[in-house]
Amino acid sequence: MASRALYSPRHPMLKKRDSFEDILEERRHSSDLRYALRCYTPTLYKGLVPCKASMLKSIVLQSDHLQYVIKQVSSESGDSTECVAEEASLILDEMAHRLQLSTVRFFVFTLSKAFKRLFRSVCVNEEGIQRLQQAVQEHPVVLLPSHRSYMDFLMMSYLLYMYDLPLPVIAAGMDFMSMKFVGEMLRMSGAFFIRRSFGGDKLYWAVFSEYVKTMLRNGYAPIEFFLEGTRSRTCKSLTPKTGLLNIVMEPFFKGELFDVNLVPVSISYERILEESLYARELLGIPKPKESTSGLLKARRVLSEDYGSMYVYFGHPVSVRSLTEGKITRSQYNLLPRCIPQKPSADTHEFLNDTAFRLVRIQEGNMVLKPWVLIATLLLQNPDGMDLSSLAEQTDWLRHLALAFGAFLDWPDHAACSEVISCSLALHRHLLSVSAGHVQLSVTDAPQVETTPEEAVFHQAVVVLSCASYRNQILHVFLRPALLAVAMQSANSNRKDDVYNCFNFLRNMFSSEFILCPGDSVQDFEEACYLLMKRGVLQVLEHEIVMSASGHSTLAFLSSVLDPFLQGYQVTPHTQCANLILRRFEISVFRFLCVFVIMASGRLKCYEALSSDLQKNALAAFLRLKAVMKVKVGDQVTLKVNKIAVNSLEDTLGKSDVISHQNSWWSSMAMFEIAI
Amino acid sequence: MASNSSSSTAQQRLRIIAGHLQKRPEDENASVAAQECKAEAPRSEPSSATPVPRRRQEIMKWNGWGYSDSRFLFTKKGQAEFTGKRYRLSGLILPSLKDWFEGTFGANLQHRSPATPSLNLSAVAPPNLNQPFVEDLKAAGLVVSHDPEDRVFRAHGHCLHEVFALREGRIGRVPDMVVWPSCHSDVEKIVELACKHNVCLIPYGGGTSVSSALECPREETRSIVSLDTSQMSNIHLKDVFIMRCTAVTLTLHIVSLTAGSETLHKASTPLCLSRNTFPVRLLNEHGYCTGHEPDSMEFSSLGGWVATRASGMKKNIYGNIEDLVVHIKMVTPRGVIEKSCLGPRMSTGPDIHHFILGSEGTLGVVTEVTLKIRPLPEYQKYGSVVFPNFQQGVACLREVARQRCAPASIRLMDNEQFQFGHALKPQVSSMFTSFLDGLKKFYITKFKGFDPQHLCVATLLFEGDRGKVLQHEKQVYDIAAKFGGLAAGEDNGQRGYMLTFVIAYLRDLGMDYYVIGESFETSVPWDRVLDLCRNVKERIVRECKERGVQFPPLPLSRVTQTYDAGACVYFYFAFNYRGLNDPVHVYEQVEHAAREEILANGGSLSHHHGVGKLRKEWMKESVSGVGLGMLKSVKEYVDPQNIFGNRNLL
Repeated sequence: MASRALYSPRHPMLKKRDSFEDILEERRHSSDLRYALRCYTPTLYKGLVPCKASMLKSIVLQSDHLQYVIKQVSSESGDSTECVAEEASLILDEMAHRLQLSTVRFFVFTLSKAFKRLFRSVCVNEEGIQRLQQAVQEHPVVLLPSHRSYMDFLMMSYLLYMYDLPLPVIAAGMDFMSMKFVGEMLRMSGAFFIRRSFGGDKLYWAVFSEYVKTMLRNGYAPIEFFLEGTRSRTCKSLTPKTGLLNIVMEPFFKGELFDVNLVPVSISYERILEESLYARELLGIPKPKESTSGLLKARRVLSEDYGSMYVYFGHPVSVRSLTEGKITRSQYNLLPRCIPQKPSADTHEFLNDTAFRLVRIQEGNMVLKPWVLIATLLLQNPDGMDLSSLAEQTDWLRHLALAFGAFLDWPDHAACSEVISCSLALHRHLLSVSAGHVQLSVTDAPQVETTPEEAVFHQAVVVLSCASYRNQILHVFLRPALLAVAMQSANSNRKDDVYNCFNFLRNMFSSEFILCPGDSVQDFEEACYLLMKRGVLQVLEHEIVMSASGHSTLAFLSSVLDPFLQGYQVTPHTQCANLILRRFEISVFRFLCVFVIMASGRLKCYEALSSDLQKNALAAFLRLKAVMKVKVGDQVTLKVNKIAVNSLEDTLGKSDVISHQNSWWSSMAMFEIAI
Repeated sequence: MASNSSSSTAQQRLRIIAGHLQKRPEDENASVAAQECKAEAPRSEPSSATPVPRRRQEIMKWNGWGYSDSRFLFTKKGQAEFTGKRYRLSGLILPSLKDWFEGTFGANLQHRSPATPSLNLSAVAPPNLNQPFVEDLKAAGLVVSHDPEDRVFRAHGHCLHEVFALREGRIGRVPDMVVWPSCHSDVEKIVELACKHNVCLIPYGGGTSVSSALECPREETRSIVSLDTSQMSNIHLKDVFIMRCTAVTLTLHIVSLTAGSETLHKASTPLCLSRNTFPVRLLNEHGYCTGHEPDSMEFSSLGGWVATRASGMKKNIYGNIEDLVVHIKMVTPRGVIEKSCLGPRMSTGPDIHHFILGSEGTLGVVTEVTLKIRPLPEYQKYGSVVFPNFQQGVACLREVARQRCAPASIRLMDNEQFQFGHALKPQVSSMFTSFLDGLKKFYITKFKGFDPQHLCVATLLFEGDRGKVLQHEKQVYDIAAKFGGLAAGEDNGQRGYMLTFVIAYLRDLGMDYYVIGESFETSVPWDRVLDLCRNVKERIVRECKERGVQFPPLPLSRVTQTYDAGACVYFYFAFNYRGLNDPVHVYEQVEHAAREEILANGGSLSHHHGVGKLRKEWMKESVSGVGLGMLKSVKEYVDPQNIFGNRNLL
């Protein structure tokens, strides 16, 4: 029952989605100040133990769990317990939020102004809000928004204030804390700060987990954190992290709470504020450090049009029903509950599985704008397209996407060409349109002569920016696309051959896309089902046969995955020279730039420049044992396993997508020598 | 109540007994309010030395709890009344019960669900007799019966589904015959013949099981013989003698009253030192007691206590059955098992008593038990403490346990149970008492600021010599004060204990009006008590909702025993089943879910009700596969033919 409630893959068309309300509409007609100062009486959790932020601290410090860890740390390190307790108290001071309604009101006022300038509309599904209102009263709630922009958590708190819901406490990275004033302001609006890494620090972990659990147990406020851990620079969902998920589920596992409601929230943007910043970051320009002055400089963004923003509150997912039949809670019976326990293997698997499913729910509820379809097509046609054929193909793609269950926000009663021209206008900085011909290109590039390397860089920024929109719809096409590629590379039409190939691809791309581990068969069946329903394939008992009319769909689907396949093919070769891991990204970039210049015209490999893709590819090769980590002295180097790479190439290379593979590989060989 | 003993010491003891019963005539007139709610021993002296007749159905209900003449009913005016003359509550009007009943369950006195008035004999299948066995029994001079009424009476315990089926007149598999041994050698003979002729024996004691332990296994094809141990007390009545008398412990040898597989349950009076169960009465006449007072004491049997690992209300002073037992004699198909001496402790490998304690009638028939006895306490006092909420109450009980100063009994009722207890307050006869009640309520809720929807009550029973009791009382009230507890008088305390004795009678009343319910229990470490109570209650509410129960269910919890390492928690759970097709099935599903929740929250499978057939499925999980294997191998050795084939436990 639980997994069915969580995600039903078989009938994506039947997915009922709520309708949206524009919340800015009212803001444009009434006073923001009065709004910010209005009476705020949130619905509360029925089991709430009333408690002030300052009291929280003493509850946490007095808790059996923390006391136990303090004694343990003290006996291990030899410091006195008072000393360790003092340290714990300092950690807590650094971490804790100090939620203040006045600060929230200030934010509400400024954000109202900002949102009205930035966005045409901010749309929220009010049915989701009503469900949340219900859920908040019944059990402690954990909010799990997707993370694409800094705007996300500001918007979340803003919305909860607006709908008289309890304000969340938000797990935020330490980076914000260093911002003057702003860090403290965020703290006072409910953010608490955690270090990015504290792997071995027992005390830190204890303080942190106890702090979160205490708030959850008391029903103090909804806990909000990002499953993906960080903002996704590519607009693809990131492989979820399970640490915090474990912390918020543990009170249920240990019987301290009857249930916990997880509420996945999907926040999507028609145009992302950080768009080009992300592209630059992916190309190796480090992310600007969060600073107040940086924030002030960034107010330039206020003058631009970012279209609409959508926030979709998903159905609350009960942890209790999720765990049914999967977790035996009695495994926690034999130790006092204050003693920290590492999650058991099956708990770990459950957490991982749940995290993936929650991210898939987030993906499924992301609103897709027509521009996403256009971006997909433009990326497949680097030489540009005529407006008329663009309109025609967009329309075709639209129907395909809808059939696959995409949550597409296509304006009603508007001609296709009209919709397209609107989209193109909003994203004009990525395009050049001349004489009915649209092409992705640098528009605001400096007119002065640039080196070829710089030109590649600017073009790459445009391509990667555009790719970030295409990535938004990848989850819709992913499974059928994997099947399409598998069919082309498999030795035969036999079902098990195709499945093996599908499984191999799925395994290779498991860091790249959200593919629940262990769902291989289910994904395969889903892909078959979708393509069969579309009339592209015929799935017989032992064979999978392409229908006569299916060629164009299959070609489209496999070219969706092209950039990734190519990227993964480039990567192992860049590593042939046993690059030192620490210098990995820089060297790769320099190398690839030259490579792209050489190959331009023939290849569309800009996406291979993305550090995200390289990182994922490396992870995949490590997993597939094509590359090994070798420790030489203090340095970790990567060693290529030639045999494994060759067999990988055999499998990948068979795909006739890369028709020019021979010349491609030979040029690669040249560059190996060059380096 | 007293026997006419000539010695002055005996008379003094009798006064003490009378004191415990609080039946002083002058009190009766002076303060009705303090008395009338107190449940108490039947007033009539049992005339015969045999406490239980062979045809139990002549004095007891065939399809409900307890004596036929004692039951709750709503009068035409809509007032609740308890009939009969046996109990202190008998004949009294309970004015607030109706409102509580209707308000809590959404029940209505117009909507009745009456029971089938009498047993339809044609519904009982004809007995499947093993003729040679019957003849051999008769030749040995044993009393047997295959009367349908006798057989039906011994085919069930008091689980909800069992009683519900009887009320509807549905009779399932029943024993084919009843046999009444009257001494140890009778039992030996019966077991020997049963082995010879391969019949299935099911020991039957008091019949108060709530674990489906007495149900005849459906898959059993042999003739099933119910071995009723009630007549065994008869012969050895005069044999009661005091074995050893030291300053601390007295040991009494009792020929077993009964033996069997029933689980302890419910319904005794709090003042049950003078039950007509013979050993207890006789003991008391000699100025002693065993101190073992399970709630079902009125009906359950000594053999049953042993066979289920029973626990008594006053275990804080006297211990549970395993602490009280000095010696056990049991007849098994392999022969008789017993120890060779009465030493208080032995290091002779695993204690063989522990194979017998809790064996639930799967290994043999307990025929003799030697129990420790103690002098009757000089003084007894009830008490109660009101806490602002359940958390504080549990914290207080935990502290009491930590300081090891628990009184004979200390129980903590949650808010709902406190309100339930309140609904059982008899009509107040004077303006003054009702004024006093009002004042008390005002003080607690308004002056002390306790929320009537959250406050909860601990009930206390102190025992010992007068000076020590008063000192002890002060110590406990001082601890309670640290947790915000206010002393709330003896009356509340006593009413709390009365609740446990009338609850089974009340269930019969509920079942007349579409309300079904039952109790279950567990034991759990201190740090999990609160979470377990909350989660189990919430699970019950959720499951009822999911299964289409139209009215909100009533789950109640009570911390009923304290130990160093944890507590015993007792749940009552009832709901109005109007609109449901198969209410018993729904009930069973909900109870099943509640048990899963208990186990998931660190509770045990059972504290004292036992496993029976109802909770068998969790045995392996509870004691591990190896543990279960150990128990099975004992059964395999002792009873390879599965003569004691009630299929409990394993």
